[in-house]
Amino acid sequence: MELIFSLAVGIMAAAGIYLILRPRTFQVIIGLSLLAYAVNLFIFAMGRLRHGAPPVIDPRLGSDPALYTDPLPQALVLTAIVIGFATTALFLVVLLASRGLNGTDHVDGREPEDE
Amino acid sequence: MSDWLHHLTLLPILLPMLTGTLLLLSSDSRHAPRIALSLFAVLLQLAVALALLAQADGLLSSPWPTSIGVYALGGWAAPFGIVLVVDRLAAAMLLLTATLGLAALVYSIARWEKAGVHYLPLFQFLLMGLNGTFLTGDLFNLFVFFEVMLAASYGLALHGSGGPRVRAGLHYVAVNLLASLFFLIAAALIYGVTGTLNLAELPQRVAALNIGDRQLFDVAAAILGVVFLVKAGAWPLNFWLPAAYGNTVPPVGAIFAILTKVGVYALLRIGVLLQESGVAPAPFGGTWLFYCGLITMAIGTLGVLGAQKLDRLAAFLVVVSSGTLLTAFGFTGTLLTGPAIYYLISSVLGSGAFFMLVEMAERNRQQGADLLAISFEAFGMEQRHDSEHPDEMVGVAIPAAMAFLGLSFVSCVLLLTGLPPFSGFVGKFALLGASLASLPHAPLLHVGLFIVGLLLSGLAGLIALSRLGIRVFWDMQRQSPHLQWLEAGPVAALLVVCLWLALLPEAAMAYCAAASQSLYDISAYIHSVVPLPPEVTP
Repeated sequence: MELIFSLAVGIMAAAGIYLILRPRTFQVIIGLSLLAYAVNLFIFAMGRLRHGAPPVIDPRLGSDPALYTDPLPQALVLTAIVIGFATTALFLVVLLASRGLNGTDHVDGREPEDE
Repeated sequence: MSDWLHHLTLLPILLPMLTGTLLLLSSDSRHAPRIALSLFAVLLQLAVALALLAQADGLLSSPWPTSIGVYALGGWAAPFGIVLVVDRLAAAMLLLTATLGLAALVYSIARWEKAGVHYLPLFQFLLMGLNGTFLTGDLFNLFVFFEVMLAASYGLALHGSGGPRVRAGLHYVAVNLLASLFFLIAAALIYGVTGTLNLAELPQRVAALNIGDRQLFDVAAAILGVVFLVKAGAWPLNFWLPAAYGNTVPPVGAIFAILTKVGVYALLRIGVLLQESGVAPAPFGGTWLFYCGLITMAIGTLGVLGAQKLDRLAAFLVVVSSGTLLTAFGFTGTLLTGPAIYYLISSVLGSGAFFMLVEMAERNRQQGADLLAISFEAFGMEQRHDSEHPDEMVGVAIPAAMAFLGLSFVSCVLLLTGLPPFSGFVGKFALLGASLASLPHAPLLHVGLFIVGLLLSGLAGLIALSRLGIRVFWDMQRQSPHLQWLEAGPVAALLVVCLWLALLPEAAMAYCAAASQSLYDISAYIHSVVPLPPEVTP
């Protein structure tokens, strides 16, 4: 499980960084989204990977902390997802505005001369 | 009564949040009540900030046992609950935010507020984010308030729209989104290693880590430091800054003058906490930060000299002041922190006033602009379109506009370059004095570089500002611009505050020294937030 998980985080982060460095705004936004997914998974993993352990105390299981997974990273990741979603939506608006006002989807707002 | 006072700490966050929400819900057509509500909220924040400052300084009786106020949200005690912490430094930053916010808001009423939608609510949310970052006592809420602040600032940076503004805003948003993701990685890694996000609990947890975990923590702290350096506009992470700041509408530029200082503040707060407990990695202090700040200062100075437009010059001045602060914090010893806080306050007020003044001075320069466009063409620069002037002037214009503008411009130049009689001079003088006083501990090279850097950046600012000032004010073809009291008033008020800071520096200086002292007294901070050592129950 650890290997698959870390591979997922790593590949998404790598793809995200590659896309962020591309010159088109759409690539940048997809890159940011992929990187955000990788980061969210990473936060989740910081609570340690556990299989089948609930984060909320269950009266049938008792209050032994060893039976539960850390609930805090799950709360953090929820906040991070919401904030990431909102800011990505905002970036999308800026992207469209830039496309409309500058007439190009290049991140610099104009086409490079040597193309 | 004391019960009510206890909740005062929460108001700087709650007040703008509620006001912003109300403003969002009310319709745009109710112009006067919306403005009245915004002004009232900012005035109230100013009053709250003053009260908190008085409490932290011991002038007013406070409900807190020490000079550090801790507010546990929902009544949950520190290691588990979320806390807000107000000490002298945080209170000073709150007051600075409210002062600058009031000036920028009054200025924007005259015309800029109408240049786009949702200016007033975004402004309130920006203040909420700023106040929150200064007050928060844990790392994740620092992230959340950073995001609130940034989300509002994205909206404000694009206020007024237009091609160049959106182009610069796109870079600004992209860089800051990326920085936020790195912030998340750092916060998560710190939690994963130490098991806490509370700033006060962090040092002792870190000290108890084994070597492998300690290395992971160092990585996390380094990433965190880089994030703060991005926000602070430190070289080489600041290429987005001049374009983004220079292209905003003037009142937004004015309030943005404090945004970079948020990064500086976070760096200082967390850096001191980690450093004093001996667990700080590189980006939070020492030689590394010193040289980073010095290069930032140099780049800012070059930018100031090379700037062809006043608003871009103002943005580079923000970079210079950030660099100066980082250099001062990277200095060996703690002597420079007090004067640096004073310099921070003075430079934020000064750049705020300058951003607003620039637009007033550049107004009505269309005739001259044609001539200048040729030289702009030669430099390969683009002239900004004047599409953002939405309507003709309304309201009462003040007399002797040119005299006022000239006087304010000269005052701003004196203030920003650190010449008497303004507070910039006192700040720089105190910084120089403190750097010389720390000579026995600090390397001679550092002291020399700092003094040369500080003086040269001031000189370069003076040269660049007089050059552009001559072009703007001694332009034969220009007409006298129409200014309103609402626009001239805030600039004049900010300058008067700076003059007052300079003419009666004892109180302010003593306060800054006390703020720096209580900042470095981290055991007091830790014990106020976490009263009992956390018990280990099996």
